[in-house]
Amino acid sequence: MITEKRIALKNAGKYNASDINEYIKIGGYKNVEKALQINPGEIIDLVIDAKLRGRGGAGFPTGLKNKFTNEAVCERCVQKYLVCNADEGEPGTFKDRIIMEQDPHVLLEGMIIAAYAIGATKGYIYIRGEYTESIKMLRIAVQQASEKGFLGKNIFNSGFNFGIEIKLGAGSYLCGEELTLLESIEGKRGYPRIKPPFPAEKGLFGMPTLINNVETFSHLPYIIEYGAEHYRAMGTPNSPGTKIFTISGDVNKPGYYETTLGITLRQLIYDFGGGIKNNKNIKAVLLGGAAGTFVDESVLDTPMGYDTLKEKGAVLGSGAIMVLSEERSVFDMTYSVLEFFKHESCGKCVPCRIGTTQLVRLMNEAKNNSGNRKEILNQLIYEADYMAKNSLCPLGQSPIMPLRSIKQFFENQF
Amino acid sequence: MDTMAILKKFTPEKDNMLNILHAVQDNNPQNYLTTEDIKLVASYLNTTYSAVYGVVKYYSMFSVKPRGKYVIRVCKSPVCHMMSTKTIIDEIKNNIGIGIGETSADLLFTLESSECLGHCAKAPVMMINDKVFKELDSVKIKNIFQSIKMNEQNK
Repeated sequence: MITEKRIALKNAGKYNASDINEYIKIGGYKNVEKALQINPGEIIDLVIDAKLRGRGGAGFPTGLKNKFTNEAVCERCVQKYLVCNADEGEPGTFKDRIIMEQDPHVLLEGMIIAAYAIGATKGYIYIRGEYTESIKMLRIAVQQASEKGFLGKNIFNSGFNFGIEIKLGAGSYLCGEELTLLESIEGKRGYPRIKPPFPAEKGLFGMPTLINNVETFSHLPYIIEYGAEHYRAMGTPNSPGTKIFTISGDVNKPGYYETTLGITLRQLIYDFGGGIKNNKNIKAVLLGGAAGTFVDESVLDTPMGYDTLKEKGAVLGSGAIMVLSEERSVFDMTYSVLEFFKHESCGKCVPCRIGTTQLVRLMNEAKNNSGNRKEILNQLIYEADYMAKNSLCPLGQSPIMPLRSIKQFFENQF
Repeated sequence: MDTMAILKKFTPEKDNMLNILHAVQDNNPQNYLTTEDIKLVASYLNTTYSAVYGVVKYYSMFSVKPRGKYVIRVCKSPVCHMMSTKTIIDEIKNNIGIGIGETSADLLFTLESSECLGHCAKAPVMMINDKVFKELDSVKIKNIFQSIKMNEQNK
């Protein structure tokens, strides 16, 4: 019987998340105390050594990001900022919500450790406005952690000061993109910035900023407690540690499951997800959300890791796993995904604004003219490829991913 | 509470813009931002009316038109879509007589669609104001709206 391995969700559901005293009783904040006795440079090296990769979707090495932000030099830098990306909006993804609702303190702990490592004194959690329960739990957690002195001045008598503010989003998928998120915190429309400069160099209010996903921060207390070697021993060599997978669609037990990377999609769907509803067969799985890839049964036994999936033309992304049984239409799902991009395109750059509309127009054409669909798929890919090469931000660069995977795996069923 | 009293709870800095707009909108029984509100926010944050208006219009959770007391957001993301959002929207229409983007004549309900609400394991879902309703079907929808209407009549 396969079991979960929990790191980010280690304490989720084990204590009343609105009572910090219960959290302290089960060992809460002891890893912060331990971290604050270590030299910040050693923490940066520890995270590099653990090979933790960003859990938001891109999989960038977290330790390197820490290092770049720590080393950032600029003339007018008053302070460094730490930002937590809690703007979880990738379709099929709800891992961060579970962490924030059930164990908001592990996130705060991770943020304090990261802030100390890079020398940031002010932190922000940017959370989408629709996550009302998460917002409530985080507000309580920040309030209680401040009262206990885990946030504020001279934390654990280390001389280190750090405070956290919660900022609400207001219904924009794009604000989950890191530079757009920073614009939004600054009180502006959610338009992406040109990159470089990266946030490590010029982020919030023009200052060096470290921005990580909720799940990524939530791994830091564990790494402090058990060390890099222990952490690296889990998962695969290139994708160590655990990941929360959120399984939805036509499975018997949809939900969230945290397990070591390297697990196969088959194990996730059949062992954790309880198999396909009504004993049907799998037609397709959409991995990683709308900005993800469709795969067929040939990928079921590939170990889930950032690089292993890439070799197959797929992505791990946010960990979203949407399962389509044999009765579903891949065309219909693609339509929904492309409509999503059209709706969420911010309109700042032309290739994405026009492109996302064109993709939906082509889908409508295909709908009304089923004989010609293969040719239309080629056109869709041509347009999406053009968008990917010319758009400002990841949104315009995303539609090519599901479309290319459709061509690879489902050309005959489109 | 008047808008000025809400503004005073925040420091007059631009990074409070979205939090302020949320608080002001939530305070309005019709769930929207008035022209007067936007002017006050602009002057409080020492910026222009157009700058604030531009922000309000960008984010889909804000409205410059009066909305119902209950704002319904139906998730239409790929997972909920697959688990039949369309029938859910039709079912809501059967119960309260309005479609997406409309407000009921009694100013009780506004129906909107939303991108992924993050409850994909319990699709299809919708939110009514701050509350999430999951694994919707026609019976559940009927009960939800019946109980809201009953509560309103008894007030």
